[in-house]
Amino acid sequence: MTFLFDLVAQGAQMLLALALSPLLIGLIRKLKARLLRRKGPPIIQPWRDLIRLLRKEVVLADNASWLYRSAPYLIFAMTWVAASLVPTFATGLMFSWSADLIAIIALLGSARFFLALAGMDIGTSFGGIGSSREAMFGSLAEPATIMIVFTVSFVAGTTQLSEIAAYMAGNLELRASVGMALVGLLIVAIAENGRVPVDNPATHLELTMVHEAMVLEYSGRYLALIELASALKLLLYVSLIACVFFPVGLARHDARLEAMAIGLGAYLLKLAIGGFLLALFETSTAKMRVFRVPDFLGAGLMLGLLATLLVFVTRSL
Amino acid sequence: MEHLTIDIAHVLAGALVLTSFMLLYQDRLSGLINIYTLHAVILSMSVAWQAYYQDAPHLYVTAAIAAIFKALIIPFSLRRIIERLGVHRTVEVVGGVGITMLIGIFLVALSLVVMLPATASADPLAREDIAFALAIVLLGLLMMVTRRNAVSQIIGFMSLENGLILAAAGAKGMPLVVEISVAFSILIAFIVIGIFLFRIRERFDNVDLFELDRARGERP
Amino acid sequence: MPLYLALTCISALLAVGVYAIVDRRNPDISRNVYRLCIALCSILFLAAAMPRGANVLSTTLPFGLPWLGMHFRIDVLSAFFLAVVNLGGAAASAYAIGYGAHEKEPMRVLPFYPAFLAGMNMVVLADDAFSFLVAWEFMSLASWALVLTHHHDAENRRAGFVYLLMASFGGFALLMAFGVLGGIEGAYDFASIRESTKEGWKTGLVLALALVGMGSKAGLAPLHIWLPLAHPAAPSHVSALMSGVMTKVAIYGFIRVVFDLLGPPAFWWSIEPLTFGAASALIGVLFATIQSDLKKLLAYSTIENIGVIFIALGLALAFKANGLALPAALAFTAALFHVFNHSLFKSLLFFGAGAVLGGSGERNIERLGGLIHSMPKTAFLFLGGCVAISALPPLNGFVSEWMVFQAILLSPSLPQWTVKLLVPAVGVALALSAALGAGCYIRAYGVAFLGRPRSDSARTAKDPDRWSIGAMAALLTLCLLAGLLPSLVIDTISPAARDFVGGRMPTQAELSWLSIAPVAESRSSYNGLLVFIFILFSAYSARWVIHKFGSTRSRRAPAWDCGYIETSPTTQYTGSSFAQPIRRTLGVIAFSVKERLDMPAPGDIRAARLNVEIKDRIFDYLYAPLTRAVETCASSLNILSLLTIQEYLALVFAALVFLLVLVAI
Repeated sequence: MTFLFDLVAQGAQMLLALALSPLLIGLIRKLKARLLRRKGPPIIQPWRDLIRLLRKEVVLADNASWLYRSAPYLIFAMTWVAASLVPTFATGLMFSWSADLIAIIALLGSARFFLALAGMDIGTSFGGIGSSREAMFGSLAEPATIMIVFTVSFVAGTTQLSEIAAYMAGNLELRASVGMALVGLLIVAIAENGRVPVDNPATHLELTMVHEAMVLEYSGRYLALIELASALKLLLYVSLIACVFFPVGLARHDARLEAMAIGLGAYLLKLAIGGFLLALFETSTAKMRVFRVPDFLGAGLMLGLLATLLVFVTRSL
Repeated sequence: MEHLTIDIAHVLAGALVLTSFMLLYQDRLSGLINIYTLHAVILSMSVAWQAYYQDAPHLYVTAAIAAIFKALIIPFSLRRIIERLGVHRTVEVVGGVGITMLIGIFLVALSLVVMLPATASADPLAREDIAFALAIVLLGLLMMVTRRNAVSQIIGFMSLENGLILAAAGAKGMPLVVEISVAFSILIAFIVIGIFLFRIRERFDNVDLFELDRARGERP
Repeated sequence: MPLYLALTCISALLAVGVYAIVDRRNPDISRNVYRLCIALCSILFLAAAMPRGANVLSTTLPFGLPWLGMHFRIDVLSAFFLAVVNLGGAAASAYAIGYGAHEKEPMRVLPFYPAFLAGMNMVVLADDAFSFLVAWEFMSLASWALVLTHHHDAENRRAGFVYLLMASFGGFALLMAFGVLGGIEGAYDFASIRESTKEGWKTGLVLALALVGMGSKAGLAPLHIWLPLAHPAAPSHVSALMSGVMTKVAIYGFIRVVFDLLGPPAFWWSIEPLTFGAASALIGVLFATIQSDLKKLLAYSTIENIGVIFIALGLALAFKANGLALPAALAFTAALFHVFNHSLFKSLLFFGAGAVLGGSGERNIERLGGLIHSMPKTAFLFLGGCVAISALPPLNGFVSEWMVFQAILLSPSLPQWTVKLLVPAVGVALALSAALGAGCYIRAYGVAFLGRPRSDSARTAKDPDRWSIGAMAALLTLCLLAGLLPSLVIDTISPAARDFVGGRMPTQAELSWLSIAPVAESRSSYNGLLVFIFILFSAYSARWVIHKFGSTRSRRAPAWDCGYIETSPTTQYTGSSFAQPIRRTLGVIAFSVKERLDMPAPGDIRAARLNVEIKDRIFDYLYAPLTRAVETCASSLNILSLLTIQEYLALVFAALVFLLVLVAI
């Protein structure tokens, strides 16, 4: 019976991540609009856009290959699997032990690999711009993320996300290293999801675009899958920050239904707060030049390195 | 509670090291002065917390001196100086920020490797503060080595002194007279350097060290 | 029994080389030789996999030095490397059955190829310094002859010269190392070396010499400069063997000397492999990202992966020196797993490069493009190789890198501060090189296979024959299996750790659902099969939902490209444009990059020109001064050929007196 319950819980988390991600994007857009004294689109608008895209015909370039046609499915699948493995309302779900934090980051790297390849497939210069810049950002963001993973695992003694969340929930204390790791992870999250100041998700067709340039030729159901994948990626990062650094209210996988409901409520609250803070940050900063982004990511890497050194110091005292 | 005390001291010392890194990165002169102010504020908070933890009232005086002199008077006068020199909008050429940062990290690791085993028998809070203080001193020296503008060199020198104060506060029982004499000598040095800067500026119309080397004929 | 079988097969390989010379008029000689090599390699592989009665078998043959003989031995480590070598050898021979038809002068390849295979096998089985060195030099010479196959090209001649120089230098270092190990009495067989006691300075010297000797063959920075010259110069199946297999034989030599012959390690032994490994990883991948020659790119990528293996071995040394058996076993097993993985996917990639070269005649990716349409099978298999080498789940490259990261995460348990802080720094270098590697292969695949063809040769390229495709497909299947079922591979490799680091990883087969948990299940675990099934399930359910509720129509149209109509394929991104961001941000540190833009004034209709100048700093600061010093010494010694008879007599007399004085003292 518990097997069935566990399976249902895991499946519920997968569907929850899928359902909530466009709503998160919608919430952020609405908040940004409100902060700019506009009315803004309804929160459910991204879902409407996705369904509309699904119903449209796909226009393929003449020389699009099988890789171009299958990449959206692969990108979506990899991002969805990664997002389902991050604890949202409960830890220790049925398949959470099949991939630890490093594997989740590597899955996102796989998705980025195929997205960059898809950008180069048609052979236009826009796709090339997007792919080459994405490759550069990725090559700087991944070491920063790994350093943050090191810090967190040295503190918690494991790389398994559920165990990390459980440890952090049980040992609430103020640590400089964890604080630095949080700031570093925020920097990486902004860079990886293409938010201001690294990339502007609201406009298309600018030469400084990274993500939008890679998916310029996609349309219809393919575009819908890729948009959904990027929404899932944002949800993944917000959930990751929430479960590692603010693991309040997380239920255990064998808890009762009431604890799960509390976990769900806490999770929705954290998502809303995260969305609000992101909207606030995006409205108050300007986008930076592309060649300043390595400095930005370098700061994240330095923070990760400092945090690791600090953990070593406290551990050996 | 004990744990929280150590944690807060930990956070403050770590923040001081982080601010030293920010000094390395910053290339606008007015921004440099702001970050130096932040450095001094965090230093005085750290020393005040040490005073609370060690129950040593004279350290409160040290913290007050640091706050008043280094966070208020010196930044104010530095700002006046650079406005009169006309260099307050300068954006300095800081070559190789990436390499400087990596060297900085290496210096922090080096201070840890050297200091932590050497002080194995001391109180954990003091050990940590001394190790970080050495790191701040080395980072201040690195800043002086990699900068061309004389004002940035001064700020590097002052951040170095902040590190020394942190070390002295961490080691229990630093008498106040040492602190006063150190602060006084720094103030004198500061005034002398300020006077020299004005003279140099009068003579050569420039306080950039590379330009000064050129004027001396040391550089083509 | 397996040992005698292996030795017989090695002699048979040598015989095949002779047969190639004897029967050279036969039009089918190429296929016959390669078929025989496949057969012999397969038998050797079986000999390695055969269960041995006792764990270690050894024998002594009456060749070689009269008082020494030639000792041969097969233990767990030798068996593993024997399997890796012969798997690569069999795959390369299968590939060559089709590829060999392109060869214009087959007699420059066929006699040396089986000799090369024989040499590599013999190194792995050697049990005394003499047979080891003989086999090592034999391997180097055979591969040198193969590098000079296309000797009409001046580049290849230079590559051969540099290779010979570096191989002799490495061999000399190994000679000295074994000399120190053998001692004054000259006890060169490995059994007595194991027994002997070694003073501290001796072990440091041997470690440095072994690192130089084995490292130069493996491609460890800064001794790597010959690799990007020599590996591309050889025919593709030989390049695959050199990159994928010969470098692993060098790693075997390093493990044998440092983990086995030198006895219990000290913690500072690990510093050199760790630092040079990290340096190789970064240098290799950064240079790979700026190459336009596909084979040179793959050669630099080999340097990166060798760096990763040395990092893992350094970790194993550090843990072993501190008596931490379980982390040492994890690092050691990770190193061996990466050896296996790299031999698979690097061979696959070189076969793909050979297929591209054979099908289109081009190695320069800036003249390729759109090969996914003209060479679909090769494109698919090459893509698999790129995904595997970029360490992306669910393929095998990810598993070994994941294990190395897990070993790095165990570093807080090391007591010495130098290694304790060095290991996370090395971890950053590893993460950076892995991420840059993915970028490098996005560029290589994207420019060469995707987009539109940039030249006619790319447009008219064709897939190679079924033997080549078959070899590549077999390797890709193995990559997939190793990625999905890593527990099986780990359980095969981990017994080797017990003999060499004193412990072994827990048996993975007991874990549920075929996952792997290197240290403890609560600490970290990974299940490749489940992740793969999840991905397939998500992709197919998405497809089902879309086909049920959405539209499945699609039509073809010209590319949108923001409304610009582009006709020329030269407007698409080139390889060097793709690498430009990385070149600008990271290139200044690694190699001095200078970009000069020559923009004509408005009204001037000549073309604009961008000059990018890249210099290898290691060559400028290390090798060029050395070469100059050697030249200066040599030219100053030139006067010795111009002396008069009396001066010659005086020289001889002085030498004689000097030696007598030495004897007197």
